[in-house]
Amino acid sequence: MPERHAIPVRSLLASLAIVLFPLAYALLANLSGETFHVTLATRIAILGLAATGLNLALGLGGLVSLGHAAFFGIGGYVAGIVASHAMGGEPLPFGLPASAQMASVWALAMLAAGLFALVVGAISLRTSGVAFIMITLAFAQLVFYLAIAWPGYGGEDGMALILRNPFFGLATMRPMTFFLIAFGALLAGLAAFAIIKASRFGAALQAARQNPDRLAALGVRPDRIQLVAFVISGAITALAGALYADLNRFVSPSMLSWHMSGELIVLVVLGGVGRLAGPLAGATLYVLLEHFLGGVTERWQFFLGLALLLVVLMGRGGLMSLLAPKGAGHG
Amino acid sequence: MAEPILRVAGLRKSYGGLTVTDDVSLDLRPGEIHALIGPNGAGKSTLIGQICGSVMPDAGSVSFDGRDITRWNTAERARAGLGRTFQISTILPEFTALAHTMLAVQARQGTSFRFFRPTALDRSLRDPAMQALARVGLDGRAEIPAASLSHGERRRLEVALVLALGSKALVMDEPMAGMGSEGSRELTALLSQLRHETPILMVEHDMDAVFALADRISVLVYGRIVATGTPDEIRSDRLVREAYLGEASA
Ligand SMILES: Nc1ncnc2c1ncn2[C@@H]1O[C@H](COP(=O)(O)OP(=O)(O)OP(=O)(O)O)[C@@H](O)[C@H]1O
Ligand SMILES: [Mg+2]
Repeated sequence: MPERHAIPVRSLLASLAIVLFPLAYALLANLSGETFHVTLATRIAILGLAATGLNLALGLGGLVSLGHAAFFGIGGYVAGIVASHAMGGEPLPFGLPASAQMASVWALAMLAAGLFALVVGAISLRTSGVAFIMITLAFAQLVFYLAIAWPGYGGEDGMALILRNPFFGLATMRPMTFFLIAFGALLAGLAAFAIIKASRFGAALQAARQNPDRLAALGVRPDRIQLVAFVISGAITALAGALYADLNRFVSPSMLSWHMSGELIVLVVLGGVGRLAGPLAGATLYVLLEHFLGGVTERWQFFLGLALLLVVLMGRGGLMSLLAPKGAGHG
Repeated sequence: MAEPILRVAGLRKSYGGLTVTDDVSLDLRPGEIHALIGPNGAGKSTLIGQICGSVMPDAGSVSFDGRDITRWNTAERARAGLGRTFQISTILPEFTALAHTMLAVQARQGTSFRFFRPTALDRSLRDPAMQALARVGLDGRAEIPAASLSHGERRRLEVALVLALGSKALVMDEPMAGMGSEGSRELTALLSQLRHETPILMVEHDMDAVFALADRISVLVYGRIVATGTPDEIRSDRLVREAYLGEASA
């Protein structure tokens, strides 16, 4: 008889190592005064958070969204637009206060993306498979072209933020300070993912992925469960987008492009679909490859493709399955 | 006679030129097992689909527990108390037997939109789930992923799910399919006890099981009900023997 609550020690340790890696990297870089590498660690944390958002929809819910760039970009544009209004002292539309405090920017970004996800999800979840992918892509392209066509906020060229948005009294322009803020957001996103995965909602969501007919036969509408997951997923990815805008002090339509959506899927698949630390593992490998191989060869993406191919051929488990093979029902 | 819990009236369904359900009327009464038999392709599964909401009829009505449910979706019907098992076991391969049954318990409670408390140690899910598993003899297999359960165990797991759901009536599509004789005997005994708790409408090809279990039998041929009666009446019906039983016993 198997143990009742076998604790997946190896999986926990692997997850812990992956979560602590960017922190250790940033601390070391900061000690040796290499601020560029602190920024690299911040990129890992932010992309890891964006992909963790996608992992909720894709990994737990089986929703292959090729439109998550829209949520990422909406988060970025909200941060950029709020910053520019605050700078000019103009109020926001709908009489919202133009407070550029990060916390309120995040709330606004998640709200805007959540509402958009509600619309996209309500329409795309009537379909499945390729049609679902195409509809999510189409919505994201719509936002992409809107951003290009709208001259008020930089149009095709994008817009620069003069300063990072403030976070209470902290000096957000200091790389290490901003890293810690982004890392905190990453931890919150991972915690949300883990808690949701273990909850009743998480059980229903994973059931909807494995067999929607079974879930419906139990009296739970799979599309409702998936819609709520899609909204939460979009909101988390938007939070990452807002941070990304502050990191680069720049937002442009490229945040909204379908390449970005594809990249997020790559991160999740590379790291391990549905695994807690999978997207972060994928983001880590991605950013490191980009930096270290990108310096050597312009064709670093070839090696990324190779890594991806290996993962897919070796059984879809991703990096996480190399570090900690999955037992039944463990994350 | 008690009011039927489930009533199908004048149901029709065609796929292109093929009429799969041809003016079908039948009912299910409290305390009974009503077996639906008929040759392959007669339209049994399609009829079950229309009763359970996965196939929409072209005409006719389905009422359950005093309400017209013809236009309801599957989940609404299940919540109203119409339990279902599938011709091909429909399970969640990554979930353990216990996780399946806990999901049924939370579905019964209507608590699938709770985001915080972990399910793993939640007694309000676990205890009723274990009880349902015990009733089908799967309590010793609770922690096994469904993908690793034997065919017969999956069949019993599906019964545990409807027990955990507390369904008021059960619709089962070939519960004995693919079971060995041992497994069929066990399941027959289980269903026989169950009928007083939950009446069962059952599609089945296994004639031993049908004649051992059924209080009434309906025979479906080319989408039409050609006879309904007690097992004895059906056995002696000339039309039925020609259309169906003759072939089956050959
Ligand atoms: N979606 C569909 N589109 C077209 N034809 C269908 C569809 N579903 C079922 N049919 C046809 O309807 C007929 C009845 O099918 P059904 O599955 O209901 O039969 P059955 O009595 O359950 O058979 P079996 O005993 O083999 O399970 C078959 O000829 C089948 O090919
Ligand atoms: Mg059938």
